[in-house]
Amino acid sequence: MSDNSTTQTTPDTALAQAAGAPALSGAPQRGGLKSFLPSFSGKLAIGLVLTLGITAFALIAPHVTQDPRNYDSDRFLPPGSGHLLGTNNLGADVLAQLAEGAAGSLMVGLVTGVIAILLSLVFGIVAGYLGGWTDEVLSLITSIMLVIPGLPLIIVIAAYLENRSLTVIAIILGLTSWAGPAIVLRTQARSLRNRDYVAAARVAGERPLRIITVEILPNLLPLLAAQFLGAFVAAILAEAGLSFLGLGPSGSLTWGVMLNQAMAHNAFQVGAWWWFVPPGLLIALFGCGLSLINFSIDEIINPKLRNAPAAVKSVRKARKAGAEVTSSATTKEA
Amino acid sequence: MKFYIRRIAFYLVTLWAAISLNFFIPKLMPGNPADIFRENLLRQGGEVTPAMEKTIQLLFGSPDDSLWEQYTRYWSNLFQGNLGISTTKYPTPVTELLSEALPWTLILVGTATVIAFVLGVGLGAWAGWKRGTWVDSLIPGSALMQSIPYFWLALVLVAIFSVNLGWFPIIGGYSAREFRGGPEMSWEFIASATKHAVLPAATIVISSVGGWLIGMRNMMVATLSEDYVTTAEAKGLKPSRVFLTYATRNASLPSLAGFTITLGFVVAGSIVMEQVFSYPGIGKLMITAVTQKDFALMQGVFLVITLTVLAANFLMDIFYGLIDPRARQNV
Repeated sequence: MSDNSTTQTTPDTALAQAAGAPALSGAPQRGGLKSFLPSFSGKLAIGLVLTLGITAFALIAPHVTQDPRNYDSDRFLPPGSGHLLGTNNLGADVLAQLAEGAAGSLMVGLVTGVIAILLSLVFGIVAGYLGGWTDEVLSLITSIMLVIPGLPLIIVIAAYLENRSLTVIAIILGLTSWAGPAIVLRTQARSLRNRDYVAAARVAGERPLRIITVEILPNLLPLLAAQFLGAFVAAILAEAGLSFLGLGPSGSLTWGVMLNQAMAHNAFQVGAWWWFVPPGLLIALFGCGLSLINFSIDEIINPKLRNAPAAVKSVRKARKAGAEVTSSATTKEA
Repeated sequence: MKFYIRRIAFYLVTLWAAISLNFFIPKLMPGNPADIFRENLLRQGGEVTPAMEKTIQLLFGSPDDSLWEQYTRYWSNLFQGNLGISTTKYPTPVTELLSEALPWTLILVGTATVIAFVLGVGLGAWAGWKRGTWVDSLIPGSALMQSIPYFWLALVLVAIFSVNLGWFPIIGGYSAREFRGGPEMSWEFIASATKHAVLPAATIVISSVGGWLIGMRNMMVATLSEDYVTTAEAKGLKPSRVFLTYATRNASLPSLAGFTITLGFVVAGSIVMEQVFSYPGIGKLMITAVTQKDFALMQGVFLVITLTVLAANFLMDIFYGLIDPRARQNV
């Protein structure tokens, strides 16, 4: 590697580096719980900070901020000391609205995620494990639900409902978003059912329910977590879209509802960025956080994702060290 | 052959399910949509003409018919291309409104999806090839882009490029001032339409490219640690050949197979996005229908969106069967 040969170090330190740092320092560490936990990378750290930070904001901020429905202040106030994020068209404090909206949006995401995962367990794992006709029927339903576009369906259902509470929205979203996770879980469950230990449990006379919950489910936990987080993000985005169209929860505040009001009252034309930027940004950042955590979970499920970049890194390091040794050796000879 | 028969059968069943869903949703809903529809028609200054009554019966069924009779009549109307009459643009038939709006969305979403796919898969392949280097830091950025709500991005783009910089028009699919007579076949019109399509297309591309990128990158990293790639490298093949023929070709298969899920997101996103730009497509039509409680139009739009997504997926499936022999064998 000629490009590295310019970096000159004394032969002693180069040798010490080459010897002290094993070439495969990034290789997987075997055994114990450690290999199972996500390697604590920058991606995971950013993800956790974003997710936990915004969750904490949703839990704590509503108790600290002003009344989100107090309309006594001036309208369209830019951010200042009285209102950290200014006020909206009615004079309500944007930060307070953002805090209450956070609670609403996360609530929808959480409930939807739980419903979607429970349904995908039935349609994915049960179908994949039982096989046969049950599988044929359940996976046909799953495939149909997967191909029919979700948001248009939700829009149609929501349009017919006169009263939409936060819970109703979450239930509709949950009922329409389980198909993707179910397909993934089914593929995995099908491969697990042919493993020896599952066959052993079956021969030992264990009931299907017990095999599914005790033998199969624990192995699918990382995958299940990833699918749950994915459904969570999708639900928050879908709710935001739905609310933006004016089909969101009636009477509740979410980030999507805030954006709908900002659009309806020309926040974009008058340049009231403090009103429309924060809700959208929080949605994007929260989604980004969950996606990054998901990425780290992917690295557990698929060790190649973790080992390959680490291996490349260590090869590069080794080459560098090697180049330094040879280059310093050649300079010595010269 | 068995593969194709199975796929065709699946799409026929799905088609039946989608149309039946379209028929049953209004029936399953609480309240009486037929009455709401009628009231709304009267409030908008329309009157319940015999033709309108026919639309209402088509959508919600007449009370004295059995469900089965309503269902069969729904199908026969569908085969005659009758989706009822819109109340928002009374007395235009729903099919006419749909055929005016569909090309806009098809061209916009189609082009943007192809650009996003090529860009995302290309960048993802490159990021996978350069694994373990600074390129890995593209991942957080892509994750963020993936999570930006389409409409919010659209609004921000409008605020920056249209309102502040004035580079692009704010609303519409073409300049309504220059082309008073509506769409026409001329270069000026195409130029105007293209200019209006830049921001909407950019919205779709920016929001959907991250998903393709991350998926492709991960698949590429996994493929590159396969033994046959190592063998290829050990044989001393040129890196470009290993990259293209050995790794990228195989790693891109799941991206193609995962088209279904992604397309659903893109379509969903573009519906909401069209509202921001007042783009004269299907999404805008659906939103108009929803806000005006024009149930005939709404049901029609849902049907058309579903059929288009089904068709796109069907073509993708057939194409996938052509390029991946395993898909044809494992049926």
